[in-house]
Amino acid sequence: MLRTFKIGGIHPAANKLSANKEIENLPLPDSITILVAQHIGAPSKVIVSKGDKIKVGQLVATSAGFVSANIHSSVSGTVSKIEMVTDSSGYKKEAIIINVEGDEWDESIDRSPKIVANFDFDAKYISNKIVSCGIVGLGGATFPTHVKLMPPSGMKAKVLIINGAECEPYLTADHRLMLEKGEEILIGTKLLMIALGVEKAVIGIENNKPDAISNITKLSEKYNDITVCALKVKYPQGGEKQLIKAVTGSEVPSGSLPISVGAVVNNVGTTFAVYEAVIKNKPLFERVITVTGKSVKNPSNFLVRLGTPVGNLIEAAGGMPNDVAKVVMGGPMMGKSLTSVDIPVSKGTSGILVVNEKEGHRNEIENCIRCGRCIEACPMGLEPYLLMPLAENKRWDDMESLHIMDCIECGSCTYTCPANRPILDYLRLGKSTVGTIIRNRK
Amino acid sequence: MNSSLIYSILTISLLGIASAVILYFAAKQFFVYEDPRIDDVEQSLPSANCGGCGYAGCRALAEAIVKDNSLEGKFCPVGGNDTMQKVAVIMKLSAPASVRKTAVVRCNGTCDNRPKISQYEGAKSCAIATLNSGGETGCQFGCLGFGDCCVVCDFDAIHMNPATGLPEVDDDKCTSCGACVKACPKMLIELRKLAVKNRKIYVSCRNTEKGAIAKKACTVACIGCGKCQKECEYDAITIENNLAFINSDKCRLCRKCVSVCPTNAIIEENFPPRKTETINEETNA
Amino acid sequence: MSKILTISPSPHIHQESSVSKIMQSVIIALIPALIWSFFVFGLPAVLTTLVSVIACVGFEWLIKKYLLKVNPTVSDGSAVLTGILLAMNLPASLPLWIVIIGALIAIGVAKMSFGGLGNNPFNPALVGRVFLLISFPVQMTTWPINNNAVDATTGATPLALIKAGLKSGTPVSDIMKELPTYSDLFIGNIGGSLGEISVVLLLIGFIFMLFKKVISWHIPVSVIGSIFIFTGILWLVNPDQNINPVYHILTGGVMLGAIFMATDMVTSPMSKWGQLIFGVGIGVITVCIRVWGAYPEGISFAILIMNAFTPLINKFVKPKLFGGKQ
Repeated sequence: MLRTFKIGGIHPAANKLSANKEIENLPLPDSITILVAQHIGAPSKVIVSKGDKIKVGQLVATSAGFVSANIHSSVSGTVSKIEMVTDSSGYKKEAIIINVEGDEWDESIDRSPKIVANFDFDAKYISNKIVSCGIVGLGGATFPTHVKLMPPSGMKAKVLIINGAECEPYLTADHRLMLEKGEEILIGTKLLMIALGVEKAVIGIENNKPDAISNITKLSEKYNDITVCALKVKYPQGGEKQLIKAVTGSEVPSGSLPISVGAVVNNVGTTFAVYEAVIKNKPLFERVITVTGKSVKNPSNFLVRLGTPVGNLIEAAGGMPNDVAKVVMGGPMMGKSLTSVDIPVSKGTSGILVVNEKEGHRNEIENCIRCGRCIEACPMGLEPYLLMPLAENKRWDDMESLHIMDCIECGSCTYTCPANRPILDYLRLGKSTVGTIIRNRK
Repeated sequence: MNSSLIYSILTISLLGIASAVILYFAAKQFFVYEDPRIDDVEQSLPSANCGGCGYAGCRALAEAIVKDNSLEGKFCPVGGNDTMQKVAVIMKLSAPASVRKTAVVRCNGTCDNRPKISQYEGAKSCAIATLNSGGETGCQFGCLGFGDCCVVCDFDAIHMNPATGLPEVDDDKCTSCGACVKACPKMLIELRKLAVKNRKIYVSCRNTEKGAIAKKACTVACIGCGKCQKECEYDAITIENNLAFINSDKCRLCRKCVSVCPTNAIIEENFPPRKTETINEETNA
Repeated sequence: MSKILTISPSPHIHQESSVSKIMQSVIIALIPALIWSFFVFGLPAVLTTLVSVIACVGFEWLIKKYLLKVNPTVSDGSAVLTGILLAMNLPASLPLWIVIIGALIAIGVAKMSFGGLGNNPFNPALVGRVFLLISFPVQMTTWPINNNAVDATTGATPLALIKAGLKSGTPVSDIMKELPTYSDLFIGNIGGSLGEISVVLLLIGFIFMLFKKVISWHIPVSVIGSIFIFTGILWLVNPDQNINPVYHILTGGVMLGAIFMATDMVTSPMSKWGQLIFGVGIGVITVCIRVWGAYPEGISFAILIMNAFTPLINKFVKPKLFGGKQ
């Protein structure tokens, strides 16, 4: 029985071009750029200076508060400079540039491939390891994981949900991880369950990955408190609230966090990183990234050291196609289009998508014909056709009362609009302005 | 006479009289006293309702003036000193004189000076483009060129110049209401003192990056070298975060800073051409 | 990198859909009924349709170019669709100059004066038709002979015959003997407007549009259903004075109105529950006009009245919010 969420959703073509490509190691670049703001929350504080010799896995920037994370070097070499570089947001942020010399790892990291399933760690140890290894949400939101493991007072977690949906078209990093590192993911799930103090975990996987479902189901048989839930293929099934609805049947109330229904959601990539951090003492400095696109010669999945320029990944996948229009960091529905290929990959990069001119071209905007498709598509039950002109006319109070802050910016409304209206552009403006107004009220 | 006609006339007349009586008593019961000066002051205001005075429309300004019984801190930029004189006469107070201001767009990153490094294809609005990225050029502080400032102007005083890609202010129409200042997400527009014959001198840059980086993105960027500050005899120029700023209250319009700026980042407007040839001066008619 | 990259906010892909594709699907759905009308009414039907379409497209082009001074594009197909729908609501033998006036009202008054596509509160083709009905009542109720009708002495519509019969006091059972049979109604061997006569061909168009996901079932089913139920109740209460419900839904342009006119996206509510309320409103008003009103047929007026309620329905009937109050 396939489970799903009830309200809204769209069915874009999956285009999982790299689903059958095994994860390959990307060759080391000449230099890496480590951004100090790779997570939600306060940017980290740099603790190295120009000329310092660095090893792989060495701490180079420390967490700057509760909602923040440590950052570690992904290469060995010398710090070349600390300067402002353009990141995926289009603005310049502080970053550490390291010239790569060799591949010398910090001695404390366990590099053996042996999978360790027996352990005796308690919640505090696991949580501290997650903090010290700089683990953040690898689904793209980059929320510091340890914060999710400490629910606010009065709220208790009842179930841990592992997000293996990977609902965005083109992306296959999580899929390959579930096929090749399934055992580690299950151990990571167990570790997170201990850290969170829950007795039940469910791994949700979309039905277009039947091999992953059968692999994880087989591996989970020896854990009687971890189950696998097959999900109907529908975008945005991987959205936190939609996933919780499909798996548990509860809807997170408007304006509340998932913990209010007792659920905590973590991506499979994050779960794998938790395994490596706790069992192998390996901080987060590399991750699986899909490089894909209709015009890309060899769509692939690479294990990439963070800080590698995006251009290196595209070269390794067969070079930049001639008909490129955009290079997108993430999936086609929610990814950020990049201003240049010198931008480095960071913790939140799940994929690099090369969009060609034909696919990425925006057609001419026409009048809204009130067809209602945006309402049918919106997974949060909002009215995008009404919110867009409200944003155009700066009616922020009306937008707030129409629940603009519930918008998850999934892009389903803009995808289905036959009049090619840039709905999400205006919804984002409204969300950002109303968010500022709400913050200033307090 | 037809009986239905008589009945109709009687019914309507009675209805009319009954309504009149009800309205009379209602008007008496719900009467609100208002100082008659509020109406007089409002009449003398320009009725643009632009909010430039800082109040919610001309009536709100009139109410505030009468309630506070003072003209302190209350100035209508649209009507200017003439209007404030009229208000002063009604209120039997003395009008504060105020300095004439205009909106100045502090960016000269034209298509020639500031090459594009990417092409934006989203909704054509500066507020939206600024959420997406720092713009289409290497300078993330500069004008985005989609005209949010032009849309909000009630006085037809600011328009995009398609040749340069930048907005241009018509000083004669500008009332310094401040709408464009609020609309610009890059905070490029500033209300500066307007001198005689609409003359002004300003640093046409807001880039706070180090000089070499700023110059790489735009050929007329301010590199924070400080030559203008050294040259200024009136202490009007300050350098902060690699960026020079000319205080329009202190500036005496001597134009010495304009001639020493190595990147032509300082702009002089509405001055007569210089007698001697100096390096690359910039004049806007 | 020699080529500069394009940047834009997400999403970076788009569904293969456009306004003109939607219009095309609706036009294709109308073609079976249109061809039948050419077959049974002959050349007048062809001329009426042609003149209506050309006039609508022409007026839209002229208004855009000379009155509104904007780029005069008519490529989105909405003017063509309005032209066809207007023609389908008129008698095939209507004088062509009246058709042109109808097109002017439909496009000029009902659509362009409100701001063009997407901004009109009332269905343009119906506004044109109702204007003509009120301004030229004689010509608009002079029906051409249906070449396929078995014993066609006049081209009068079944509902007009019923209304006249009931007024003169004839019991229903006698009136029914003079009327076309159910199969005549279903296939289209009766008199009436150009497009309303063939129920089966209109239903084929309905299924096509459902398949193409251009419309949903909510409005047609609620209109036809509410007419059926309301007339059914009246018939059960007094079979001598009321025609049975099946006859009601097969005549008087109910099929055309419910499937093609009421489902116009611009003038109908956005949410599913809103659409059901809209449909029921149309059904109730139609039956009221038919039974107690002066006109034999009331669906055009009913749709226009409910169009006026659409903004109100949109305001109060909202889609279900995720995580909202249960």
